Amino acid sequence: MDHFFNPRNVGELPNPDGVGRVGNPVCGDVMKMEIKVADGRIADIKFMTFGCGAAIATSSMVTEMVKGKTLEEAMAVTNRTVAEALGGLPRAKLHCSNLAADALHRAIEDYRSKAAGSQ
Amino acid sequence: MREVYLDHAATTPVHPEVAELIQEYLVRTYGNPSSLHRFGRRARAALEEAREQVAEALGAEPEEIVFTSGGTEADNLAIRGAALAHGRPGHIITTRVEHHAVLHTCEALEETGFEVTYLPVDRHGRIAPEQVAEAIRPDTVLVTVMLANNEVGTVQPLAAVGEICRERGVLLHSDAVQALGQLPIDVGQLGVDLLSVSGHKIYGPKGIGALYVRRGVRLSPLMYGGGHERRRRPGTENVPGIVGLGKACELAVRELAARARTMREMRDRLVEGIQARIAEVVLNGHPTERLPNNANLCFRYVEGESILLGLDSKGIAASSGSACTSGALEPSHVLMAMGLSHELAQGSVRFSVGRLTRAEDIDYVLEVLPPIVERLRNMSPLYAERGRARQAGSPPGEG
Repeated sequence: MDHFFNPRNVGELPNPDGVGRVGNPVCGDVMKMEIKVADGRIADIKFMTFGCGAAIATSSMVTEMVKGKTLEEAMAVTNRTVAEALGGLPRAKLHCSNLAADALHRAIEDYRSKAAGSQ
Repeated sequence: MREVYLDHAATTPVHPEVAELIQEYLVRTYGNPSSLHRFGRRARAALEEAREQVAEALGAEPEEIVFTSGGTEADNLAIRGAALAHGRPGHIITTRVEHHAVLHTCEALEETGFEVTYLPVDRHGRIAPEQVAEAIRPDTVLVTVMLANNEVGTVQPLAAVGEICRERGVLLHSDAVQALGQLPIDVGQLGVDLLSVSGHKIYGPKGIGALYVRRGVRLSPLMYGGGHERRRRPGTENVPGIVGLGKACELAVRELAARARTMREMRDRLVEGIQARIAEVVLNGHPTERLPNNANLCFRYVEGESILLGLDSKGIAASSGSACTSGALEPSHVLMAMGLSHELAQGSVRFSVGRLTRAEDIDYVLEVLPPIVERLRNMSPLYAERGRARQAGSPPGEG
């Protein structure tokens, strides 16, 4: 609940290194994560979410979990670890945690493909 | 913390006079109405008085009232009871915006060979009576159309549907659970053969309802047991619940005009107040043909449940028909049938005022709600993208 009422890392980054946007209004949630990467680690991360309370809380939790972590560590974050970190989610809300992890992974992939392209 | 209850369409507090009467029939007048002795006779008398009170509220005869466990059972008894009495598969007509007690009952009948026509509605959630006329077939057994919608409060042109059904000799059922206590109901004027009501929406207890069955209508029971309720609904009568429903009906009729006026005033104060304070809010349902207690609003770019959580944290109770709560991840079937986009339908919140709602309650909501919506919009990617689209000079997308 705290992550819903006081979400961490809400917003957008100036010139993000990677952007991940998942979901659509049809399925009920839209999440966007933006990352700044330095020395192979997530130096900064911000999110924007359209969705229910659980969607907002999982987004916030993911950003806290991976800030300062290496990209490999961040890629290892799964839907389950996010839900566990929040103390469990009701069954109907599990898809929200899926989206949060997916958005993060998408942002990292975006960063990696941009990095590969600029080499 | 200050608490404001604006979810009367979900349920209402039991009226003190009703509660007092229920207590009497729980503790002192506890006889079984089927018993011969004085204890039984007292309970029987109370049961029949309640039947008269319910009949009076619907413009029916007492013997046309069957007590049930609530609105859902009344809907089931009407639809399945009529289908069973028909004896073979046939055709049923209903609308896409019915309560699940009707929709899922119709779907279950489809599994047994019935064919069901689900009439589409206009953007206000209304059907046109001609749609019913066009859909009636030689094998149509029953038409079931709600009197007023539980989510958006839209009132259907039921009397016109009733005229068509009478002309064509087809049974008409109506779920009037939300309408009772808010609109005057007269089964003769509406031309219905079956009509469902519930106690807990009208300041009566939960677990009690009634089905009006026009004299002469053939209906098979759904359960078997004793010969209670003219063999239509077996089981020892829920006397405390029934006297509670009777009293609640009596009060609802007596106070109908005053309650409707209060509710309409409070509802309008809320809607106008919200529209003055928050941009891009859409009022769902019919602008005039709606229940006096209902305000169903879409707050663009945010999701309904997150607004409810914010309101709940401030002591305000409202509801959403939205996705996550049902576990189905589908937005409200009513709003979708009205043609709303998924994005908009996800952002709907239903406020339903009651007979005791006061201006201070509404003003508290008007103070608390705008910052909740603003906070959620500020973290919504859809809101940010819409802002950018505007700056870039392109029209905002529908999402």
